[in-house]
Order: sequence, then C-alpha cells, then structure tokens
Amino acid sequence: MPTTYTAPLRDLKFVIHEFLDLAPYSELPAFSEASPDIIDAILEEGGKLCEQVLHPINMSGDEEGCSWNNHEVTTPKGFREAYQTYVEGGWSGLTSDPEYGGQGLPHLVGLCMSEMISAANTSFGMYPGLSHGAWAAIHNHGSQEQKDKYLPKLTSGEWTGTMNLTEPHCGTDLGLIRTKAEPQDDGSYRISGTKIWISAGEHDMAENIIHLVLARIPGAPEGTKGISLFIVPKYMVNDDGSPGERNGVRCESIEKKMGIKASATCEMGFDKATGFLVGEENKGLRCMFTMMNAARLGTGIQALGVGSVAYQNAVAFAHERLQMRALNGPQYPDKPADPIMVHPDVRRMLMTCRAFVEGARALALYTGLQLDLEHMHPDQAVREKAGDWVALMTPIIKAYFTDMGSETANLAMQVFGGSGYIRETGVEQFVRDVRITQIYEGTNGVQALDLVGRKLPSKGGETLNAFIEPVKAFIDEHQGDSDMAEFVEPLSEAFDGLQQTIHWLFGKMMEDREEAGAASSDFLRLFALVAMGYVWARQAAIAHARLKDNSGEQGFYESKLATARFFMTRMLPDSAGLMQRIRAGAGPVMGLDAEAF
Amino acid sequence: MKLMVSVKRVVDYNVRIQVKPDGSGVVTDGVKMSMNPFDEIAMEEALRIKEAGNAEEIIAVTIGEQKAQEQLRTALAMGADRAIHVEVDEDIQPLTAARVLKALADKEQPGMVLLGKQAIDDDQGQTGQMLAALWDRPQATFASKVDLDGQKAKVTREVDAGLETIEVDLPAVVTTDLRLNEPRYVKLPDIMKAKKKPIDTTSLADLGVEAAPGLKVTNTAPPPERQGGKKVESVDELVSELKNRGLI
Ligand SMILES: Cc1cc2nc3c(=O)[nH]c(=O)nc-3n(C[C@H](O)[C@H](O)[C@H](O)COP(=O)(O)OP(=O)(O)OC[C@H]3O[C@@H](n4cnc5c(N)ncnc54)[C@H](O)[C@@H]3O)c2cc1C
Repeated sequence: MPTTYTAPLRDLKFVIHEFLDLAPYSELPAFSEASPDIIDAILEEGGKLCEQVLHPINMSGDEEGCSWNNHEVTTPKGFREAYQTYVEGGWSGLTSDPEYGGQGLPHLVGLCMSEMISAANTSFGMYPGLSHGAWAAIHNHGSQEQKDKYLPKLTSGEWTGTMNLTEPHCGTDLGLIRTKAEPQDDGSYRISGTKIWISAGEHDMAENIIHLVLARIPGAPEGTKGISLFIVPKYMVNDDGSPGERNGVRCESIEKKMGIKASATCEMGFDKATGFLVGEENKGLRCMFTMMNAARLGTGIQALGVGSVAYQNAVAFAHERLQMRALNGPQYPDKPADPIMVHPDVRRMLMTCRAFVEGARALALYTGLQLDLEHMHPDQAVREKAGDWVALMTPIIKAYFTDMGSETANLAMQVFGGSGYIRETGVEQFVRDVRITQIYEGTNGVQALDLVGRKLPSKGGETLNAFIEPVKAFIDEHQGDSDMAEFVEPLSEAFDGLQQTIHWLFGKMMEDREEAGAASSDFLRLFALVAMGYVWARQAAIAHARLKDNSGEQGFYESKLATARFFMTRMLPDSAGLMQRIRAGAGPVMGLDAEAF
Repeated sequence: MKLMVSVKRVVDYNVRIQVKPDGSGVVTDGVKMSMNPFDEIAMEEALRIKEAGNAEEIIAVTIGEQKAQEQLRTALAMGADRAIHVEVDEDIQPLTAARVLKALADKEQPGMVLLGKQAIDDDQGQTGQMLAALWDRPQATFASKVDLDGQKAKVTREVDAGLETIEVDLPAVVTTDLRLNEPRYVKLPDIMKAKKKPIDTTSLADLGVEAAPGLKVTNTAPPPERQGGKKVESVDELVSELKNRGLI
C-alpha cells in the first residue's frame, strides 16, 4: 500500500480564520487580495495539486533518485511534468512581488503551501524552495538591472535558483570560504572554486539556473567580513531575456544520500565563470542573513509537513491493523483481533505526533503572520515587535520543528511495526527525508547558539519581550477562568520556569561562555515547549468558546481540547527535566578531556 | 454560442461518508465540500469547446445554499465567464433542478447545456434528461466524446453494450461521463481573477419555478458491513461453496 496524503484543510483554516485574527490587516497590500474566501480557494486548489500531482511521485522519486551523466542531471520520472504543472499553475509566484509577475500574497499563505508541498513530496519542494531563496536575495539586495533581468523568470518558475555557500572544508564556518572572485574590466567577476552539496545545482526541469554564490575577492579581509555574493547564471542571459552562452559552471557529480533522493545534491565546479556582484563587496554574508529567517522558517515547515503526512499514514494504519485485544476486553469481538488503535501505547505515539503537528502549525502560521507584518505594516512599532517575534522564534522553529518532525516520522514508523521498516509502506522514507532538516540551513546546534548567544541578549532583552509580554497578557487574561485553568496553570508554571532559567543563564553566561554552549540545546527545547504551550492554550480557549456558542463541528473542537490537554499534561512537563539539566551546568558536559574520548 | 454548465456542491469524493446517528442524513458539518466531479468534467468540456473557438461565453449555474458560491468560484477560476446562483436552502430534487435550468435556458438561450450525468451525493442521474424533456430539446447523455459540427453535435455515449455515437441538433442537453476528459488544475492567478467575475443571485420565486414535492427521504443508513471474501482453487470448489451458502 503506497502512502496517501490529504491536505489538512480544516486545520489550516482553523488556524488562519479562527486562531489568527487577520481582520485588522485587511488594508495591508498583501492582505487586501487575500480575503478569507480567496485563501480557502488557494488552499483547496493548492492542496489538490499536492495530493494528486506531487504525492503520487513521492515514492517512485525516492526509488529512482536523480542520475548524473556528463555534467547533466536527470530528475526521476514524472518530476519534469509535475514541475511544469506547478509552474503553469502560477504557484511559484504565490508570495512574490507583483512588480515582477508574482501574486504578492502573504507569506502566511506561502507557508501553508510550503507545508503541503513538503508533506506531499519533500524532494520536489527543494527546487521551488531554493528558487525562492535566490529570488529573495536578488529582490532584497540586487540592482534594478539585476532585478529586471532575473526576477520575472524566477517568479514564473521558468528558471530556478540555488544557494552556493558550502565548500568541502566549510559548512557552519563560512568565514573559511575559498572560492575566488576576480574583478574584470567590464565590472563583472570571474568565479573559480568548488562548492559542495548544492541543492538543485543542476537538473532538467527549467531552461536556466541562477546560482547565488558566496566567494572572496582577492585582498578581501579574512573571515566573514571578506565574503561577497554573486549571481552566476548557468546560461548567460541575453538582453531580450533569452538564455545565451553556457557559463563556466557545471555539476561535477551528485551525492548518494540517505533521503530527499529526488533532490539533486550537487558538487559545483566554477571555472572562471562570469559572476555579477550582488550588493556591496564584502557584504555577502550580511545579504545572506537577511534571508536567513525566511529560509530557516521554511526548513522548520518542511519538517512539519513530513510530520503531518507521517502522522496521517500512521493513523490510517492504526485503524486497520488488527493485533491483540484491548486491555479491558475486546472492542471488536467479531474480528480476529482489535485494531491497534485501541492500545494506550499506540495512542500515546499518535497523540504525540498530533500535538506536535497541530501545535507547530499554529505556531508557524502565527510567526508567518508576524513575518508579513514585519515587512509591510505601516506602523514602525508594529513592524519592530513583529520582527522581534520572528527573530526570536526562527531558531526555535528551525530546531524544535525539525527535531520533532524527525521524532514524529519515527513514531509513525513505530506505529507501523515491522511494516514500517519495510520499504513498501513508504513510512521509512519519511524518516530518511526529514532527517536532513536537522542539519542544513544551520545545524540545530547552531540554532541553539543563535538563540542563546544572539537572540536572548539582543537589544538589551527587548527582543525577548516580544514573547514574554503576550504570554504574560494571555495568562493574566485567563486568571480565574475555571474552564481554562487546566491549560493556563501548567503554561504559567512552565513560563515562570523559563523566565527563571533565562535569568540564571544570563548570570552564568557572564562568568563563562561555555555555560551558554552547554545549556543551549536544552534551553531551546525548553523555550519551544513554552511557546507550544502558549499556542495550545490559545487554541483551547478558541475551542471552548466555539463549543459554548454551539456553532457546530463539536467533534472538531472537542478534539482540539483533547489534544491541548495531552500537550499540557504529557509533553509540556518535559520542561521540568530540561530545567534541571540546564542547571547542572557545563561541568558534567565538559568533564572529560578531549583526549579521553 | 453560449454554453450553460450546472455545478453542484457535494461532499468531496475523498471523504469517508458518515451517517448521522438519527438516520436523518449524512454528516456534512465540517466535512470537505467540492464541486461534483461529473460537473467538473462538464465544466472542462465547456472550456475546451470555447477554447476551440466554438463558443463565446460560459455561464456556470448552481442551485443551493449560500456556500454553494464556493463551487461557482471554482467554476469561474476554471474559466467560466459569469455565474448564476439560485439560492435555495432545502435539498434540491432533480425535477426542481430541471425546472430551474429550463427557466434559465429560456432566459439565456444557450446552444448547449452541460451537466454531469449524476451528482455523487444522491446519485439520481435524472436532471439532464428531465431538462431535455421540459426544454423540448435533444439530449446526449453519458457523453465520452463531444464534437461540434456547425449546428449539430456528434456525441459518443457510454452505453451497456459499449460506445454509441449519435448526432443531436443544437441547442441540446449533454450529460458527461467520467472518461470525457480530465479536468484541468485551477491556476493561482485565475483564482484571483475569479473573484472579480460576476455572480448573479436569484431565487426560485424570481424564476417563477415551483419546487417539486415528490420525494421524501425517510431514513439514511450505512451499507451493511462487507463480509470478508474467500479464494477458491477450482470451479468445483466454487460450485460447492455456492451451494453450501444456498446461493444456487
Ligand atoms: C542534502 C544536503 C543539501 C544541502 N544543500 C545545501 C545548499 O543548497 N547550499 C549550501 O550552501 N549548502 C547545502 N548543504 C550544506 C549544509 O548547509 C551544511 O552541511 C550544514 O550547514 C552543516 O555544515 P557542515 O556539514 O560543514 O557541518 P559542520 O559545520 O562541520 O558541523 C559538524 C557538527 O559540528 C557542530 N558545530 C559546528 N560548529 C559548531 C559550533 N560553533 N558550536 C557548536 N557546534 C558546532 C554542528 O552542529 C554539527 O553537529 C546541504 C547539505 C546536505 C547534506
């Protein structure tokens, strides 16, 4: 039985129309077009594309993988056609600037689509995902001429893009980059060097590929302050926009790897390739950083998508697989055994998956809304608050979602038992596909350092307030509300614990920076749990209100409450253990001499 | 020529239907609703006729609750030029639907009315035929191929014996079968454009149509659970198994 995917439309609509309040923003440019009925129609048609076009080639794409021949890469059967359908449908310009042919819709809607694409076919999603990164780099930092030249076709999807950062000797530490950019008389540069693991670096789905490449201009300062960003097209672009001469960049090989096998991971050789500087010399990393929030958020969403499809398939299996009897006596005496759905331990696994997926969806889309506000709200104060929320939440979403996306895929596989380990059922693919999300776009360890070392102290703690204030306000608002006590009390306790831990950590960090490093991953997890607790409590409040005014769909809202309850009692309490671990300090972590390993 | 296409809001074909505990119908609360798949095929066919230069305008029609406008928006996003919503809150019976479409056909004078051969909610499969009778025009039902030739249409029909090709004078009623075409995926920019296309709202009273009384649903029940099958090795075994069960 192949895997199936059903776009989670009801839940997406719950988050957008009930959890988020978009009404105040209907005057903003991106939102004026995005009325609720339009958003619904987009989700429905986009969902259909994911279910009917992208998901059916997910398993076959994994089985076949990409192939390399004489510097050209062939994507698996059906990918070209699916990409064509995607491009013809205009999906690639969903959130892009209308000035270059995009639809200019909110990022929020883009995130919904990204979740569904990644769920349906994670590998496929890499191609448009990377294009969007390249698009954003040019849009934010390119000259007008560069924008006019490259953006329309990146928006339409006729061309795709890449991000060339990693080199054989440097991944996290981009200051070590060696790829060389020699200035030419005509203002262009000659790029030479080797980049590795470049997603979508070469493929057969688009007529041109626009590489964004980090390189060093001779004489530039050492380290990260000497890195510049360049556009290196695969085919030079003629004045009329058509692809011209082949540029000196080619794919030397593709990697064999654990998952996302239909996404080509390329070694790129640059041999005096013509490149064009984006932004200023030596400011390349800064250009990259402005896109980082969106890209890291996108990686978290990828993992959420895989978690969601893994969960759906585990649920279907749990209803069908008959094995053993319910502990308190048979529930289906006419069948040879009960479906495994009756067993508490199976329920524990499914509830863990569900509480992650639905909570993460709400947290991601709330953050997506803040990303939109940060970019377009007319009020500077609103923009700044929203930006602080995004800055703070980005490493949390990247690391927590990808860790939990992996765990969810693994739990789904566990629900399948032995069948899960067998290729045919397709669940093990989810485990393999999602694993990379914990590594790329900055490893999760690096995210934790970003949170502790950069985000917490940023603006003298003002960034942190973007989270502290609304949570405090929510807790105060629901003090004494007996319906909400079962959600607000555990949230409030974990929230206090988080604040105390932050206070403690600040003190420790002053003494010894290694303390911050040792605490970082556990601290990120603690923060993530409190953030999830906050969105779950808010979702519970909505469900209560809907049940009270009897507006129908009782089953849906009762499920929300039950899942919120599970999160509060079965997942949030992990925070206590995390706090204990954090307070044990760096000592036990660094106790062994390096030589003793 | 104008084409008129009727589209119905139904429970999505992927949804596992659940019967309400009191037997009064099926659960639709919070359930995904979509355009009836056969109507989507009718819509697609109309688009192809228009794209081939054989029609100038496509009008999508729905009869149903306020929310049925979502399906009209889908039809508009697929490419219909305008839409008519006949707002009715009760369940619609085939005869009522046929009367409404007849009234609209009189008003709009389409060269062809395209309908799905049936709606997947109640599987009645009668509206097209009734419309043809009321309108007093030819019908070509269960179409799996439609070719236009001036004032005539050649239609291949799926019948029990295989395929049958007939010729009808236009205006005519065509009802669509599954294999007629594969409906297109709606394009994102067209969703946005659809919002600006007009939907006229009208009512049975405005159209001078009386709802047909006729049918009353007395009870809705799920089909009995299927018993597991058994594989037999030979014809003899099959015969004795059938005898054992008192089936022959
Ligand atoms: C399938 C795939 C696709 C990729 N796609 C792209 C792409 O499109 N473009 C691109 O440029 N790159 C791409 N990459 C590269 C990817 O971004 C890097 O692998 C990633 O950033 C990690 O770098 P690294 O592999 O050099 O690991 P390293 O930096 O060597 O890290 C190894 C380990 O050390 C830890 N570590 C490193 N520094 C620190 C520190 N200061 N504190 C604490 N821990 C630390 C890390 O967390 C990790 O656990 C891709 C990689 C893969 C596998």
